[in-house]
Parts: sequence; structure tokens; C-alpha cells
Amino acid sequence: MDLQNQARIKELAEELGGENIVVLLGAAEPDTASLAAETVTLGDPTFAGPLAGVSLGLKVYHILEPEIRAEIDPAVYEEQAAMMEMVLDVDALAAEVSKMREEGSKY
Amino acid sequence: MPVLKGVGQCLIHAPNLLYHNGTTQTVERLKNPDSEYLKKLPEHLRKYDDAVAYAPNQAYIGNISLEELKTIPRPWYPNSINGASRFGKYGEIMPEDEFYGLLKIADAFDLVILEESFQEEVKEKLAKHKLINEQLLARLTNAKPLGEIEKLVASHTAEGLYLGEKLVGCVRQAHEIDENLSAHIMLENLVVKASGILAVLHLLANTGINPAEVDYIIECSEEACGDMNQRGGGNFAKAIGEIAGLVNANGSDVRGFCAGPAHALLQAASLVKSGTFKNVVVVGGGAVAKLGMNGKDHVNKGMPVLEDMLGAFAVLVSENDGLNPIIRLDVIGKHNIGSGASPQQVMKALVAEPLAKLGRKITEIDYYSVEMQNPELTEPAGAGNVPEANYKMIGALAVMAGEIGRADIPTFVQKHGLPGFAPTQGHIPSGVPALGFFRDALLEGKISSAMVIGKGSLFLARMTNLFDGLSLLIEKNPGKTEETTGLTKEAIREMVAEYLREMAKGLLS
Repeated sequence: MDLQNQARIKELAEELGGENIVVLLGAAEPDTASLAAETVTLGDPTFAGPLAGVSLGLKVYHILEPEIRAEIDPAVYEEQAAMMEMVLDVDALAAEVSKMREEGSKY
Repeated sequence: MPVLKGVGQCLIHAPNLLYHNGTTQTVERLKNPDSEYLKKLPEHLRKYDDAVAYAPNQAYIGNISLEELKTIPRPWYPNSINGASRFGKYGEIMPEDEFYGLLKIADAFDLVILEESFQEEVKEKLAKHKLINEQLLARLTNAKPLGEIEKLVASHTAEGLYLGEKLVGCVRQAHEIDENLSAHIMLENLVVKASGILAVLHLLANTGINPAEVDYIIECSEEACGDMNQRGGGNFAKAIGEIAGLVNANGSDVRGFCAGPAHALLQAASLVKSGTFKNVVVVGGGAVAKLGMNGKDHVNKGMPVLEDMLGAFAVLVSENDGLNPIIRLDVIGKHNIGSGASPQQVMKALVAEPLAKLGRKITEIDYYSVEMQNPELTEPAGAGNVPEANYKMIGALAVMAGEIGRADIPTFVQKHGLPGFAPTQGHIPSGVPALGFFRDALLEGKISSAMVIGKGSLFLARMTNLFDGLSLLIEKNPGKTEETTGLTKEAIREMVAEYLREMAKGLLS
């Protein structure tokens, strides 16, 4: 995950409290989504950014996961995300992100 | 209608610029000078012959078509192309030593210094190059002994130019304090200029246009040339045109991250359509910074570091000749400020909306050129197959428009998509590298329409989170006479003759 994004998420977690934050990912590739989910739960696995060795344990979802879809107005979802649902491997993305959520989320 | 009169598409094999000047490597050297990556990297650099025989590179210079590339199984890098050659119908793959010579030729401020014996060697090689004339060769002057170059590099006032372990020259800083004129920036900018010159020289040769007939140049790379008082002042376009001999041309630089070339193409076509200019050249030079961008992943996967190519392109947009493919200006796909940044909104604005305005279906366009990054470079870094993802998005739009069923998306991708083949040089893969292929296929009557899509990530400049994109339709030329008045030359001739006959009758009576 981008180092600046790591810094922003760390700051927000400190400011607002981890229990008040949900991280929504939009990554196209399951591997990338998994890496980002790991970064905001267990910590930066590449040990390159501000979240190296910092386990924020945040709640993290991919935008195309069913739990998130259920929260969004269907008309908005249709207009903004339906196309990508046809393009991306939603099952693989959901599997990777939910796995990290179960392993590393504290909330 | 303006036409696409020809292209020049060149690559430069630059493993040493990658090693010393690519940002992934320079950042690593600063943060972690003893890194394993930097130690392993030299073993993963390709030889020139391997870069020439690499199928996507042969496609870039036009030796194999994109349809042919589609049939060659991946991975491409371990399987060389038989009969590969340096020169192709669009351009060439230049080796790094000759390119250092071209850097010196491009230099107007004595910033590039080549070592004496190296300059002689390179001069001999460039003398054999069909596009480097005596006038250009005469710019190879002021070579210095190695000792002087070593001193400049050691004092951190110059960037070394290397061939392996050997120092063969340097690019000096152009100012003591101004970081916009530092040796690092001057090297990046001179590379844009030199590679742009190479693409324009090929364009001139390919089209046969008299250089003096080019009216205007638009440069669209992603670097900025200027000084501390005007950081992106410009003007790469005129700097390139000066060396390429475009004596009657004016020019300017257009920027838009990876969408820059699409903006430049739109402006060039509009300038021709308006009648302001007859011949406009669009040119983009290569990006040193992006060399080896995903190098760490390539090394980790035990692959050669494939991002060792600088890319450059040039196209000539001219007034209608009734023959070459037309660039349509009546309907442009454009991502507006209010369009929204989700991929769906972006693709809708670029593909679905302009075609709907024309009453055309998405499936009616033969080919789309999107972000044509070579997937072999991006997949190891977790970025996936970028062009394929784009084609799936366009296919999904066709599903939403009720043109195809959801199960037909893979067939759509296969039929209307092309393989990614361009180096990850930002603006270079963005829509434009397929222009040579499109022009040929349209001239040969294999296809009748193609869409060029340029997209840009504006957030990188931290000025806005907006996305950007433009698309243009390129089509088979319907013939010159039908377009303007609907009258043929013969009909006009007949009308004039009739008028003269009437007038003569009047005079006689």
C-alpha cells in the first residue's frame, strides 16, 4: 500500500479510534487487495511504510463484497459499481479480504 | 477531416540508464544503499539482442502486427522472435551507446560530455545510420578525456553515462543551485528531447513529408523543462523540431499525465480541421524515471528486468488527402470534471457516451486501443493485465447497453481487444502506440473503425483527485470529394464550363 495512504490511515485511527473506522478497498487484483487488507489489520508486510510493525486491526472490506453492496442504494451501486462487478473476480477478492479481516481485525 | 498521415515509433534499450537513473533504483540507493535488490539487479539486465528479439518490442516498431502478437503464446521473454531486426516500418530499437551519441546531438548547451574514444566509436556507428545526416553528426564535438568526466561525476555536478562498469560520458548540471536545472533533471529532459528527435526523424522518413512543410509541433511527454522561475516553462516541441529540421514549424508542449498524447492528438486534429495548419506533428519522448519501475518484482520472480526500454512516438496529422484514415472530430469521448471518478463513470464518458451520440454500438468498433501496457511487465508487480481489464470494462458496458450477454464478455475481449505490448512509460502505452497498426489495418481495409483512448491519473500531481481521459475515433477515409460539398471534381468542372459557355454566348450576341 502507498506509503502516504498508510500514514493517513494511521493518523485517522489515532484521531478517531480504530473502532470508528472501516477501510474500503477498491483494488482490482486479489493479491493487491490482500496486501492492503493485511496492512491495515496486521501491519505492512513489506516493512516499508508507517504501518510496518503496527497492527491497527481495522475493519476492512472490498467495495464489491456483499456486506458493502447491501449498504449502498441499489441505484447508486448500479451507476457506479455494477460494471466492475462484471469485470473483476469478486469471489476471489472477497475471499482474500475476508480472510485478512478474520485474521487481523480487532473490531 | 484531418487524417493520420503516418507514424514514427521507436524504442531505446537503456539498461544502464535504468540502473543509474530510474527512480525505483535511485530511491533504493538513497534509502537502502546496500540492498539485495541493487546487488542482484545487474544480473537481471537484458542484452540488446534479447531486447530486439522480444516480441512486444518487434510489434512496437511494426515488424509484427498486433494481430500476430495476439497469436504468440506468453511468456514472451524466454521466446525470441525469429528474424527480429533493429529497424521496422514504424521506427527502430536503438542501442544505448548510439543513444548516448544522440543525447550529445540533442544537446544545445554543452551539457553532455562524451569521452574522446567513445565519441569517435559512436560517431562511426551513427554515420552508418540512415537518418543521421552530416549536419547532425557535426554536433558530436567537445569530447573530453575520461579524467575530466570522472572529476565532474565525483563532484556530484554531473550524472555519469555508463556502459556496464565503464564511464563513457556525463550530463552536467546547468545551474549550481536551481534543482530544475540539476544534472538529474537535465538528463531526464535531454532523454525526452533525443528520443523525441529519433521518433520525428523516422516519422519524416516514413511519410516522406518535406520537413519544411510541418507547420506546428505538439510535444506530449510527462516531463517538464524550465528553471526555478518557471518550472514547466517548455518548450520541448520546438527544441525537438530544431534538431529534426522542421524549420517552418512553431510548437508547444501539452501535458495530461498518460492522457497527454490523446489531448495532443485532439489539438493537432482540431488545428488541421480549422484550417489553421496543414501539417501538425505530435511527438512524445521517453521517461528515464520509469525505467525499472517494477524492477524489484521482476528480480524477485527471477525474470529479466523488462522495463529497460525508453519509448518514443511521433505522428503526422495532415489535411484530408482522401486516402489516409480520418480522425473524427464531430464526436469526442471526454471525461468531464463532473463525470465522476469511478471506473464505470470514466469508461461511460470515454466509450459509451460518444458512440451513443453517433448512434453506433460498442460492438461496431473493430478495435479499441486502451492503456496498452505489456502485461508481462505489470503482472509480476500485482497490477494485472491492464489492457485486458480495460477491454472487460468496455465489454461490460456493452452488456449494460444490451448489446451482448454477460457470458459474451470474453468473446468481446478476444474480438475487439489487442495484446498489451508497450513499455510502461506512462504516456507511451496510452492509446497512441496502436496508431501505426490502426493506420495500416484501415488502409488495407481490414477494419473500418478504431477508437483510441487515453486516460490519466491526475492525483499524482496532488492538485486534484479528478481522473482524466479522452477518446477519438479513427476511421477509414471515405474519400475526399464526398466530404466537402458532395460534388465531384468533374461536376464542378462541368459547371464552370457551362458558365463560361453561357458567358461566351452573351458576349457574342
